[in-house]
Amino acid sequence: MIEFLNFYLIPGFVLGSVYALGAVGVTLTFGILRFANFAHGETMTLGAFIALSLASFSGWHPFAVLPFAMALTAAAVVGMDRLFFRPLRHRSTIILVISSFGLMLMVRSLVQLIWGAKLRSFTQGIEIPWVLFDSLRVFPKHVAIVCAAIGLMLAVHLLLVRTRAGKAMRAMADSPDLARLTGINTERVILTTWIVGGGLAAAAGVFLAYDTHVESQLGFKLLLPIFAAALLGGIGRPYGAMAGGLVIGLIEELSTYPWIGSEAVVSPGYKTGIAFAIMVVLLIWRPSGLFRGRVFQS
Amino acid sequence: MEQLYGIFLYTVFLLTMGGIYAVLTLGLNIQWGFTGLFNAGVAGFFAIGAYTTAIVTTAASERHLGGLGLPPAAGIVAAMVASSIIAWGVGRMCIRLRADYLAIATLGIAEILRLVLKNEVWATNGPRGISVIPKPFEHLAEPWNQIAMLLLVVAVVAVLYVLLERVWHSPWGRVMAAIRENEAAARAAGKDVERLRIVAFILGGALMGLGGALMAHHIKFIELQAAEPITATFLVWVMLVVGGSANNRGAIVGAVLIWTLWSAAEILITGLPPEWAVKAAYLRIFLVGLALQFILQRFPDGIFRERRLRTVSSPSIKEHSPCRKCC
Repeated sequence: MIEFLNFYLIPGFVLGSVYALGAVGVTLTFGILRFANFAHGETMTLGAFIALSLASFSGWHPFAVLPFAMALTAAAVVGMDRLFFRPLRHRSTIILVISSFGLMLMVRSLVQLIWGAKLRSFTQGIEIPWVLFDSLRVFPKHVAIVCAAIGLMLAVHLLLVRTRAGKAMRAMADSPDLARLTGINTERVILTTWIVGGGLAAAAGVFLAYDTHVESQLGFKLLLPIFAAALLGGIGRPYGAMAGGLVIGLIEELSTYPWIGSEAVVSPGYKTGIAFAIMVVLLIWRPSGLFRGRVFQS
Repeated sequence: MEQLYGIFLYTVFLLTMGGIYAVLTLGLNIQWGFTGLFNAGVAGFFAIGAYTTAIVTTAASERHLGGLGLPPAAGIVAAMVASSIIAWGVGRMCIRLRADYLAIATLGIAEILRLVLKNEVWATNGPRGISVIPKPFEHLAEPWNQIAMLLLVVAVVAVLYVLLERVWHSPWGRVMAAIRENEAAARAAGKDVERLRIVAFILGGALMGLGGALMAHHIKFIELQAAEPITATFLVWVMLVVGGSANNRGAIVGAVLIWTLWSAAEILITGLPPEWAVKAAYLRIFLVGLALQFILQRFPDGIFRERRLRTVSSPSIKEHSPCRKCC
């Protein structure tokens, strides 16, 4: 039982909060710009590598450089939007998907060009866990990651509910034409969306890199679980995406637990396939997600 | 002279590869160009074709499934049948999805497939791959076997081109364009949209399987890394977008052009010192991505525009359709 908590449930929560942060960004861009951004996973890698460089340059703690990494990544994402997505905005959304597919490869190769393809991590050595109740082992970094993720999600919640910008974002997600008619500056809403999405993606990348390590292929490995989380929560629903991320993270970790007998239910080799399978099943059976999101028709 | 001969052989090898990419691009053109189905899992169908023919045609081995030792022709047919069956299954499940969702679903399915190929070591020899796949015309003398393989691939591309042109100008092709341009209208005209889309998806999948099988026979070896999923899919997409979707000639020209640029860069890269070579390989992908963005923004039709069908009663479809939203 204690093994279950230590090796399956807690890592599941940590992975889940990383997925949740990524999924919020995907679901916001899907809801407001109406296209699936394939480059989002690479944004997470980019954020993690920027933070890595900042941390090794300044010698600060990863969490201390996090705000700067988030800002730089958000700026990079806004730049990508200006260069590659805005010129295509009047075209069919599927052209944007192709463009984001190309951008995914571009960002990845740029990351490999600058930082190389090797594994990197923030901290060397093994962290000593806190031991609670004699056997429950909790790593301080896991607590920090989950707390910071919850803090960021609260910030997104406040932005969406309490500010004019958030209200405009929700209005545009509901109906872009109506939003434009009521005088909302849609380009500004799009800018806010990219900043929020890019910042959260960077945070998610940094958290994952802080927990384990970062490498140039990370973004693609994260992309499908994040799409799965966004779909599970219902496209265009930030709270759904948060819940979806947590669910996908937990399922991925718990799927290898020996629930029946002593064998893992799913062979560890197929662990990453779980999220894809959930996603494909969801797309086919319930594209509106568990939280009744929207299904955009072309 | 020796060197010239080497260059000649290498050129023949590269042209053969370009022809195989043309088969893949023609396959994607049926799905995306004609029908508007966004398949982001090209590499998956490619892998099915390659592994099927590898298993069917290789000699018995303890490392992987197979040992039938059938001739390559049988392997190619088996590959097309296998990829058609998978395409049918995927199509049955996913064909109703909107383009974005279809892209995500096909990418997910291709990834699951890659995991299967990686983990089911008893059948596929896992990451080490299957080697000693027989190559057609292997018994011929040195330059002729390569030339014969090239001619075979060129013949395959030519036959496919003629067939697909006929299909495209047939009533069936017109229905496909109608579905792509205005699904509701096609449905209202009594067309079975789902069934037609599945047929197009299967045809495209079969061609991708054919491409995979030809590639396996050409390089005599198949492993997971050989078809790095995203790069392979991405390259085929770039080929189609650059050449011009919904135009078979565009698909072929795009494939050969991009493949030539891609391998010319490869030759340049191998001349560099090792530490630069790695970086240049990344830069190459970046530049191909940039080229795609450039074409998307400046030349949305690609090199060859889609040729609109003309009939007596309606001078041009374009004039009748209020907008071209789909592509």
